[in-house]
Amino acid sequence: MNAANTATATATADDHGHDHDDHKPGFFARWFMSTNHKDIGTLYIIFSIIAGLIGGLFSMYMRLELQEPGVQFMTMEDGSPDGHLWNVIITAHGLIMVFFVVMPGLIGGFGNWFVPLMIGAPDMAFPRLNNISFWLIVPAFLLLLGSAVVGGGAGTGWTIYPPLSSTGYGHDAIAVDMAIFALHLAGASSILGAANFITTIFNMRAPGMTLHKMPLFVWAMLVTAFLLVLAVPVLGGAITMLLTDRNFGTDFFDYAGGGDPLLFQHLFWFFGHPEVYIMILPAFGIISQIVSTFSKKAIFGYLGMAYAMVAIGFVGFVVWAHHMYTVGMDVNVRAYFTAATLIIAVPTGIKIFSWIATMWGGSIEFKTPMLWAIGFIFLFTVGGVTGVVLANAGMDVALHDTYYVVAHFHYVLSLGAVFALFAGFYYWIGKMSGRQYPEWMGCVHFWMTFIGVNTVFFPQHFLGLAGMPRRYIDYPDAYEGWNMVSSYGAYLTGAATVFFVFVVFYTLFFGRRVEANYWNAQPQSLTLEWTVSSPPPFHQFDIQPAVK
Amino acid sequence: MSNQNDKHAEVSRKNARTGIIVLGVIIAMAGLSYASVPLYNAFCRITGFGGTTQTADALPDTVLDRTVTVQFNADTHRDLPWYFRPEMREIEVQLGQKGVTAFTARNKTEKPVTGTAIYNVTPLKVGKYFHKIQCFCFDEQTLGPLEEAHMPVLFYVDPKMNEDPDMDDVKTITLSYSFFKAETQELDNALEGFYNQ
Repeated sequence: MNAANTATATATADDHGHDHDDHKPGFFARWFMSTNHKDIGTLYIIFSIIAGLIGGLFSMYMRLELQEPGVQFMTMEDGSPDGHLWNVIITAHGLIMVFFVVMPGLIGGFGNWFVPLMIGAPDMAFPRLNNISFWLIVPAFLLLLGSAVVGGGAGTGWTIYPPLSSTGYGHDAIAVDMAIFALHLAGASSILGAANFITTIFNMRAPGMTLHKMPLFVWAMLVTAFLLVLAVPVLGGAITMLLTDRNFGTDFFDYAGGGDPLLFQHLFWFFGHPEVYIMILPAFGIISQIVSTFSKKAIFGYLGMAYAMVAIGFVGFVVWAHHMYTVGMDVNVRAYFTAATLIIAVPTGIKIFSWIATMWGGSIEFKTPMLWAIGFIFLFTVGGVTGVVLANAGMDVALHDTYYVVAHFHYVLSLGAVFALFAGFYYWIGKMSGRQYPEWMGCVHFWMTFIGVNTVFFPQHFLGLAGMPRRYIDYPDAYEGWNMVSSYGAYLTGAATVFFVFVVFYTLFFGRRVEANYWNAQPQSLTLEWTVSSPPPFHQFDIQPAVK
Repeated sequence: MSNQNDKHAEVSRKNARTGIIVLGVIIAMAGLSYASVPLYNAFCRITGFGGTTQTADALPDTVLDRTVTVQFNADTHRDLPWYFRPEMREIEVQLGQKGVTAFTARNKTEKPVTGTAIYNVTPLKVGKYFHKIQCFCFDEQTLGPLEEAHMPVLFYVDPKMNEDPDMDDVKTITLSYSFFKAETQELDNALEGFYNQ
């Protein structure tokens, strides 16, 4: 359909009762019954920030405890160390950050906001399903917070391995059941969201917007949605089996009844490994948009970038047992999983080098989003290199469950995915709110965070190589020095985050108003969100855009 | 005008179609997670993965000179009030030769108790070459009050093991049993399904 046609159709829209003007519903109807992708995206971003502050508070508490040897804060009433409390806090921290910060922020937040805008669609394919997705994640979060305080709390780690998470091993109370239900709801939320994204991207692209012309962020969301649809139901199945094992006498994971606890690990990581790509692929998408915009160049190797993500998605499903090298697998099995895991470095390398090639010879502007994006590339590369180290079964047997692993996955997630969250926030806050943050504030936030998180996590490589195991409340005195450094880094990061909250409020209330294309995106990197006003109209694309 | 309506209806139809396909994939993946339970059992049984032993009806025709030491291990879950020990610590068998041993189990209580054993061999890679002809572990064992039972195990180590270069380092095989209390009917059914398949 061409533009002229649509224009006529819009003019007569009221005739058949459609609400195509910019009429916004009242406050309650708008924010609590919303079916508008931008409003739901906003809700997701607010939710993600709140959950992030809570999850971050847990990490501050952990670093406070680990700052010095001995147990100073997490003690029982008689002053003895409360190791279970420690386990509860690491569990809550992990689950919150994965399911309630990174996923809602990157997928629910930026995905909802910008996928329809970038493909020229008026909204998501199933707007009411979108509403359900968001309102499932809120009770999920409340259940998860409840699981940390009810019945002693769930101290299972985010992996909830049985037998620790079974009854009879210290988790008889309802806490683990609450955590399982929290994951059920969060899983249902992201599955419905993924179905929505797939349908939207396949069916609602503007004329001319072929798959091979879609912005890389949309490609990233498409691959992510497929990973969600294929991986999350398996987690759902595994935790449902765990639930019936705990409450209804089944023996899926209980040796005594002929089950096998190892099966849970296989199922969990069949979900868990794609899950880490679910968290990082949208980040890749955001970084691609930003690097292109601020280098004033089209992305280098567009098709290679898109299909690198597809390849990462595919291979991501056949590498899961590299999380389980120490469970007693045959040497041949470990050889396979080592080789398959190392292969992932190839498409990931394609992405890193293409970002660098995009910047190469570009007219680069080091605005805040670009700082975060370059920070992302640098830190993700560090995390990727340690990932290649850990992929080797021989190395991993020595480093398994040490702080080296903690450093590795925080470099790719805490510093990778979270840097992309901030990059996306600074890149698009003007578009979303119509107001721009002050540039110096963004820079201060970036540099504080960059120095802070590196101070937290780089020393953890040393601790891990020296043999410090993860998931313990205390450590021998020999590890004191770098733990202290790491904790100081955490406080700096915490301060940066408080400053970020200030930046958010300052921007929303006092930020400079901006026009449609406030980054001055050039034609070679122009995506459709820059063609609508900032903030976009409540119902965008009254005239359906046509892409040449 | 009708153009717009048609277009709208068409997109809705396409969306519903895509949505249903995606929903089907979701349900299939959830089903697959449950299907993984029997698949995992079958996989272990066929490949001997995780030291899962094989069952056989008869001895092989060939007996080789190469010998392995088979050690026996017995564990009892704390909820099962049984004394359970191998009658021999270890025996040496030739590949293909019939190995015979027995375990002693005694009920320490004055009530009948049913137990069921799970078992495997280490090194785990030997599972596919370790065959049992007769074993108490194929069925549940019920011991009356203070009853003592001698429970034989007939097995052989497959001569084909000699042709597998991965098995060159195998000098000792440990056959391990863990007895658990069997209680409910569901449990009984589940176990029967597991062992008699």
